[in-house]
Amino acid sequence: MVPIAYYLVLAAILFSIGIAAFLIKRNVITIFISIELMLNAVNLTFVAFAHMWHQVAGQIFVFFVMVVAAAEAAVGLAIIISIFRTRQTLNVDEIDLMKS
Amino acid sequence: MNAMPASYLWLIPLLPFAGFLINGTLGRKLPRPAVGAVALLFTAVPAVLVAWLWSTMQSAGELSMEVVGRPWIQITGFQVDFAFAVDHLTLLMLGVVTGVGFLIHIYSVGYMAHEEGYWRFFAYLNLFMFFMSVLVLAANFLLLFVGWEGVGLASYLLIGFYFRKNSAANAGKKAFVVNRIGDFGFLLAMFLLIAHFGSLSFHQVFATIGQHPEWQGARFLTAIALLLVLGAAGKSAQIPLYVWLPDAMEGPTPVSALIHAATMVTAGIYMVARAHVLFDHAPAAMMVVACIGAATAIFAASIGMVQHDIKRVLAYSTISQLGYMFLACGVGAYTAGIFHLLTHAFFKALLFLAAGSVIHALGGEQDMRKMGGLWRKIPITFWTMTVGVLAIAGIPPFAGFFSKDEILYQTFVSHNPVGKLLWLVGLATAGMTSFYMFRLWFKTFFGEPRLEQGSMEHHGAAVHARSTTTLTMVAEKDEELAHGHGVHESPWIMLLPLVILAGLSVVGGWVGVPAALGGHNEIEHFLAPVFASGTVAEAPVAAGGNGLELALAAISVLVAVVGFYVAYLFYFKKPGTAAAIARRNKLAYTTLENKYWVDEFYQNFLVTPLLMFTRGFLELLFERGVVNGSGRAVGFGTRGFAWMTRSQISGNIRSYAGWLAMGAAVVIAVMVFGRALWVHL
Repeated sequence: MVPIAYYLVLAAILFSIGIAAFLIKRNVITIFISIELMLNAVNLTFVAFAHMWHQVAGQIFVFFVMVVAAAEAAVGLAIIISIFRTRQTLNVDEIDLMKS
Repeated sequence: MNAMPASYLWLIPLLPFAGFLINGTLGRKLPRPAVGAVALLFTAVPAVLVAWLWSTMQSAGELSMEVVGRPWIQITGFQVDFAFAVDHLTLLMLGVVTGVGFLIHIYSVGYMAHEEGYWRFFAYLNLFMFFMSVLVLAANFLLLFVGWEGVGLASYLLIGFYFRKNSAANAGKKAFVVNRIGDFGFLLAMFLLIAHFGSLSFHQVFATIGQHPEWQGARFLTAIALLLVLGAAGKSAQIPLYVWLPDAMEGPTPVSALIHAATMVTAGIYMVARAHVLFDHAPAAMMVVACIGAATAIFAASIGMVQHDIKRVLAYSTISQLGYMFLACGVGAYTAGIFHLLTHAFFKALLFLAAGSVIHALGGEQDMRKMGGLWRKIPITFWTMTVGVLAIAGIPPFAGFFSKDEILYQTFVSHNPVGKLLWLVGLATAGMTSFYMFRLWFKTFFGEPRLEQGSMEHHGAAVHARSTTTLTMVAEKDEELAHGHGVHESPWIMLLPLVILAGLSVVGGWVGVPAALGGHNEIEHFLAPVFASGTVAEAPVAAGGNGLELALAAISVLVAVVGFYVAYLFYFKKPGTAAAIARRNKLAYTTLENKYWVDEFYQNFLVTPLLMFTRGFLELLFERGVVNGSGRAVGFGTRGFAWMTRSQISGNIRSYAGWLAMGAAVVIAVMVFGRALWVHL
């Protein structure tokens, strides 16, 4: 049986990659993907712990996260499309309407 | 008749308050008769209730009753209740307030018929009745103070009723501010009472004093009493705070009659009488009260002798008569003071209302130099006013004679070391009173009509609001014109209260006919339970014997007749004598005509320095420097901080995300390492 630490380290690595990509990348689509990566890193820890404690609650949580992520992806992509239509760009540095 | 349930007591003040609410909110839209009906109904019912209460207490032989509503202020060791107490003094005051108040309401319906703001007037008037009943019924100092402040408010609103007129607005403010000075004393007195007695209830405070005979003349009691006197001097227009009352004549005449003659201004005397146990233990304060009273009486009377405005003469007369009441309280003759309060309420209300009727007849003219020869044209007003004049001048058997005489007699036989001097002052005042009242009478009703032609032409709605003090045109003797434009008798709704009050001014004094004149002095027996209770060192009035009392009465009647005769000589037999004397004693006359320059003195030595201090120090340094400065400092600080952090709000999603990640990292770091750090610290 694979020790729990392996799963956690893998999840941490995935999460960190997600954060790094989120901060570094300028393309909205890439940022979106990095968010998904972070979500799935968390999902991995949920599943790992659920397996370790022999409890089903963690796995159910994962389903919830996936549902929310799917919904979020739908809304987010719609927003991205409409941004692209109005501004002809996907570079977040140019999308700064909220600047004070 | 059935006994009145004690809980009905609450209705006495609350009904006028309901009238105030109705007229104050809906009155603008209601027709005038409805407004008048509401105002009358909600003052008539309390009057009936008071009569019922009176008969209940008389038939049950009760001397006092108390109704406690609910606690108002409740902290450890100190409690103030919403509580009403009724004893014979309260009954008498309630009778005056609701009875005379109702009569003046009736009169007002006629007097104010053509005025703008009819509903406003009656709303204020009902508000006044509410607060005055609270003042009289209160069972503790704090509730009394609520009424005290409330009548001050109503007085302010009604003096400034013609608020478009600058002088009226200013007079209202003056009354309010001057009263504040007195209220300051009242408040301090209440603080001292709490500090020394832990209670503000009349019953508790006076009972405690009664248990400590050794407190006779104690310094803290004297301090409390003196501070109360300051409050009373403000409300009852005594030296040095009397200056607001003459100006208060800017209000409509029924207001002058109700508030500034019959009821509110007597609140100070009522308060002193109510706290008589306290004053009995503070002889120094009593001395002050007596001296203030006597000084005010003669001072105001001397000013009243040369005034030309009919209402101002009556105003100074009121101050002078209030001085008498103070004098009576100061020599310990509370009954005499309250007796004079009662008769004064009748005849001074009558005089004011009659003066209002004269003013109404002349279309707003208040200057006596422009009146004259009116007695044939307005006979009912003339005859009722005559009764009032005779009553105040102290001609027997009218009301004023008995009460004034009682005060003078009590002053003469009192233990006060300067009692004889005070009596002499009072006697001189009686002479002056007689003189200036008959002067008013002769100038108004006799001699040549002096009304000028112009002033009758705008008789109507706005005429009462017209300034009448600045007219300097030479009077034209044109009787025809005055006739033509109708110097007319007032409507019956105004005359009815006059007639009733005239009746009361005749018989009102008969409740206090002294034994020396074959009477029973009922009022003294009636009030005896109030003023005897709690008195430790009962000061037995030195029995001067019937002979002395009769002699003193004879002297004062003689003085009154002399006053009449002098007025007769000056203003009827040989008109012009007064002017000649005035020319010869230029200095004295100018001093009197300018009211001893007291207003100017206050203006130059108190108001102006205070204003300079306010504008120079408070406004320039404190307001602009400290208050505005600190405000600005906060503003600039916020702006500076914003300027520093503004660069962070870039609208750049990646920088936001970076901050978010950093924040999360810090939170995690604190959660993981924080505990260890905490333990080490």
